[in-house]
Amino acid sequence: MSVAKPLPHDAALQHVTGTARYVDDIPTPVNTLHLAFGLSDIACGVIQSMDLDEVRAAPGVVAVLVADDLPFANDVSPSAHDEPLLATNRVHYIGQPLFLVVAQSHLAARKAARLGQIEITAETPVLTIDDALRVDSRFEDAPLVWTKGKPDQALGTAPHRLQGQIDMGGQEHFYLEGQAALALPQEGGDMLVHSSTQHPTEIQHKVADAIGKTMHAVRVEVRRMGGGFGGKESQGNALAVACAIAAHATGAPCKMRYDRDDDMMITGKRHDFRISYDVGFDDQGRILAIDFTQLARCGWAMDLSLPVADRAMLHGDNAYLLADIRITSHRLKTHTQSATAFRGFGGPQGVLGIERVMDHVAHALDLDPVVVRRINFYAPAASVDGGSAPRPLASPRSLSSKMMDNSTPYHMPVTDFVLHEMTEALLITSDYEQRRKAVKDWNATNPILKKGIAYSPVKFGISFTLSHLNQAGALVHVYQDGSIHLNHGGTEMGQGLFQKIAQVAAHRFGVDVSLVKITATDTGKVPNTSATAASSGSDLNGMAVADACDKIKQRIATCLAEVHNASPQEVQFCDGQVLVEGTSIRFAEAAMFAYQNRVSLSATGFYKTPDLSWDRTKGTGRPFFYFAQGAAVSEVVVDTLTGENRILRADILHDAGTSLNPALDIGQIEGGYVQGAGWLTTEELVWDDKGRLRTHAPATYKIPACSDRPDIFNVALWDTPNPAQTIYRSKAVGEPPFMLGISAHLALSMACGACGPRYPNLQAPATAQEVLQAIGRAHG
Amino acid sequence: MDVTFLLNGETVTINAAPTVSVLDWLREEQMLMGTKEGCNEGDCGACTVMVTDENGTRTLNACILFLPQLDGKSLRTVEGISGPKGELHPVQKAMVDLHGSQCGFCTPGFVVSMATAHLNGYTDFDDQLAGNLCRCTGYAPIIRAAQAARDAPVPNWLNDAHHLAKNTPGELQKAAGAAPPISLDELAQWYGNNPDAILIAGATDIGLWVTKQLRDLPKVAFLNRCPELSTITETEEALHFGAMVTMTDVLNAVRHDYPSYGEMIRRYGSVQVRNAATIGGNIANGSPIGDNPPALIALGSTLHLRHKDQTRTLAIEDFFQDYQKQDRKPGELVTGITLPKGENALRVYKVSKRFDQDISAVCGAFNISLESDKIASARIAFGGMAGIPKRARAAEAALVGKAWNEATIKNATAAIADDFSPLSDMRASAQYRMTTAQNMLRRYFAEMNGQTTSVLGVQA
Repeated sequence: MSVAKPLPHDAALQHVTGTARYVDDIPTPVNTLHLAFGLSDIACGVIQSMDLDEVRAAPGVVAVLVADDLPFANDVSPSAHDEPLLATNRVHYIGQPLFLVVAQSHLAARKAARLGQIEITAETPVLTIDDALRVDSRFEDAPLVWTKGKPDQALGTAPHRLQGQIDMGGQEHFYLEGQAALALPQEGGDMLVHSSTQHPTEIQHKVADAIGKTMHAVRVEVRRMGGGFGGKESQGNALAVACAIAAHATGAPCKMRYDRDDDMMITGKRHDFRISYDVGFDDQGRILAIDFTQLARCGWAMDLSLPVADRAMLHGDNAYLLADIRITSHRLKTHTQSATAFRGFGGPQGVLGIERVMDHVAHALDLDPVVVRRINFYAPAASVDGGSAPRPLASPRSLSSKMMDNSTPYHMPVTDFVLHEMTEALLITSDYEQRRKAVKDWNATNPILKKGIAYSPVKFGISFTLSHLNQAGALVHVYQDGSIHLNHGGTEMGQGLFQKIAQVAAHRFGVDVSLVKITATDTGKVPNTSATAASSGSDLNGMAVADACDKIKQRIATCLAEVHNASPQEVQFCDGQVLVEGTSIRFAEAAMFAYQNRVSLSATGFYKTPDLSWDRTKGTGRPFFYFAQGAAVSEVVVDTLTGENRILRADILHDAGTSLNPALDIGQIEGGYVQGAGWLTTEELVWDDKGRLRTHAPATYKIPACSDRPDIFNVALWDTPNPAQTIYRSKAVGEPPFMLGISAHLALSMACGACGPRYPNLQAPATAQEVLQAIGRAHG
Repeated sequence: MDVTFLLNGETVTINAAPTVSVLDWLREEQMLMGTKEGCNEGDCGACTVMVTDENGTRTLNACILFLPQLDGKSLRTVEGISGPKGELHPVQKAMVDLHGSQCGFCTPGFVVSMATAHLNGYTDFDDQLAGNLCRCTGYAPIIRAAQAARDAPVPNWLNDAHHLAKNTPGELQKAAGAAPPISLDELAQWYGNNPDAILIAGATDIGLWVTKQLRDLPKVAFLNRCPELSTITETEEALHFGAMVTMTDVLNAVRHDYPSYGEMIRRYGSVQVRNAATIGGNIANGSPIGDNPPALIALGSTLHLRHKDQTRTLAIEDFFQDYQKQDRKPGELVTGITLPKGENALRVYKVSKRFDQDISAVCGAFNISLESDKIASARIAFGGMAGIPKRARAAEAALVGKAWNEATIKNATAAIADDFSPLSDMRASAQYRMTTAQNMLRRYFAEMNGQTTSVLGVQA
């Protein structure tokens, strides 16, 4: 059995010895040139002139390119063709690439890139959500509105009603390996590109367009990224295209990597959001109606903002049945970096919105927020028609007529909801009740330091919401010595995808995982891939690889069955052996035998997720194959004099279905939690009133450090099979645990709330400064 | 200039441009690709290397380390952490077994930090690894790995002290044809004659002039060859630090007598930064947010300066005259600082977005002494509240001679608003800075009265 084993990351040995190779580590030919962008200093305006004489004269400079020098497409957008590689006549944000320096060294390129004399007639930039609303600067003609039930009527008749608003900041990815690409010109004008990207096919596509070729002339290879988190879904396009254009122009290999400050100034981040709500509820805290307005700050180009904002809407319910609901989503265009994909892809913002509502309602009713959350849960899987969870449990929600409808605000029936059982288990293992009491006792006796404890769940929809992306391909070879070459369309960014898929392949052939060679993602091996994103990597590629393996197995089985006068179904592959009619041969022998009998031992595999169909403008249908779920309890302490705060303990129970690799899955959960908590606490992006990002390096932008993780950190898997037919009944695990960090923010809200009678209205990120302000609001 | 050192156990002598970083040299000249560039400013630790000299083995950030700083020392990169036959170091094995790497890009830096801590027997892992950022794991498995490897013996191939003994630093330096200045006298003369030169101590700040501002530094002098500047002298009355004493050594020296100051030093720079940064550098660069000056002012410390043969001293608060203006004439250098010893009630409070390795929004230092329930003296200083590290004279005046009670504290708190008009920036708003500075005095009062005031001391 290879599947479900807690094997180390496939490259762990290379990681710890420093031999794992990233783009900037690839040995390059001696004539390799290095690139850097000259950047705009102005957020919005018209370019009057670019005097680049000094740049060209700088030591080591080989060429300097501007938009007019680009022979073919000047576009690196993943969506709307609104993102020129180099600015044309207008600039749209501080940090926008204006010209491209090609030089003999990285340092020479960087130095020269600062010497441009750019004259721009500055105009008033649109920077904030308020600015954008004021001048109606947006993508799409109007906000997207989804309505289910009769929210206005239900709001009017609800016994209680309140309004509120939460601003939540964006987030810098801070992948440790910055963006990087290397283009090596090939004969006939073809191009080989090494890119640190989650989306090799898109790199291939954009590079082909930029050098005037068809896609078959461009091959993109990705062995690994030093972290991605969504930040390398589209943001690597510019570097790869720049390298290819420069290589095309000079005939020399070209490499580009962003210095960290450039990386943070140029590339997009998580969307910041403002979510406001008008909610009606009863005495028990049952939500009767809700009206959400989600304002997303998308930056200057469309990039992936529409599906991000869609996913925020799709997670406006999180784990709760909201029968009468309206969600209005504005996608606002501003003169700042173009916000992009980031782990959760809008989901975290949507979830934080509804979790804030739960917190606010519980505060208004003076109830334990856990009680309010549970009473609003979707009905458990077992109680739902078509539901398939193994353990029936009485629903706290009465079997009213609403029970007939256990569907999301976008009308998708929820048939696999397991958070009742998971919550019950987590509250026991985390000793929630006792600890909540202890926290209250502490707060009654400590005037300066206050504690908080909070629970939050996550229910996360799995599938690309652009349904056609839910496909994957694989290429598997079995060599005559029985060793296996594995390739698929997914990329490795640290999540352990390659090892999980290797485990699938090994399991399929019944051999040890050491027989499987994991190879770099390569557009020449598997074409037309989707980005490794949306947590879908192992779901999609695992199935595609299984399909390819099964084809080869079938051929070997047929070949052996013929010899043994058996049927192919009787041939078994296990423990490194192939069994047929009572005889057993080593897998290597079977491979050799098949080869000698002229059997093809190479196969492609393919998978597409079934049963997806929805209408994003109406907000109806089935965008997701299933829901991954999880829950966390966090405890925090706050200094009421300074707002300084810490997470003391976190307990997590997360649903990875039948885990393909529990060690790797727990790694995703621990890392996701800390990253999610970082988003909501120390990680603050600050732009000044000119639109300049002031937090563009780790000196000023603070991701969690070692001591910021909870002192006590318990993570467990909810190890039950996925009712949906996924690879070995596992569940996607990349993004969902990120949202468990929300429990830390809610715990901070409780601690602030302990300082006074009013709702603290804690915003995000809850920096020390924000916490101190929230304490002030609680005092009233 | 010629530089000689050991690289993973082998002697190398190179003619190095003075401001080429060790990181660039490793990756671009030596093709040793294990050491990574994560930020190029000493904040992420992906480029951590192990450096051994006669004072022991420590970690440094290779991105803001210049080759001449290695002269006479031993440098070990991640490639030199595993054995000559590829044997894994215990921390490497534990990192594999306990899933301590995900994307793997930060991992070499972690491995070097962990191996160095392991070699030195340090087990305060949160602190040892505060200068290594990981974006994937959430750190938990890395700490588990560090703990698992704790008791394993140090592999014999890491014995660089032994290698160095065979190639004593003096020998290495002689072989390299050491350039001046090699003594304080020589340095003082040289700098007096070359006042336009840049003095490089630990390079934790000047390193960024090179890697981020891309400045050329045509005339530099490295101070690591002046042993007089690296001494710590302790008497009954005073503790004296030469300007080149690293913050690691300052931390060790003050930990006992001024634990609150020590705790602040622990937080303000990571291990790698403390190992490079010097107390003289932190003072001389005159930053309004340098964290040492408030504590040193509150203690009533004395700064030592020298211009050629002329030495002088002054109260450290008088050194800071205005934003980016210090009482230091061209060609004059800071040679050391003297802290008075004896009874003190010093508390240093640092508020920043993150606890470890972050620049302060506000750093406050308080040293208030009582005589029979009356306040006999008060020294209060803040960083981050003005263009310079500055005493809170009005607040001090509101305290001295008054009774030690809440009413007095309240008056003094209000007086802080007369002392300062802080700015808003990406670290904090002016209002937050003021509120926090005022509340720090309240915290001091509460702490002196025995209340629990720090979230760092609280457990679940």
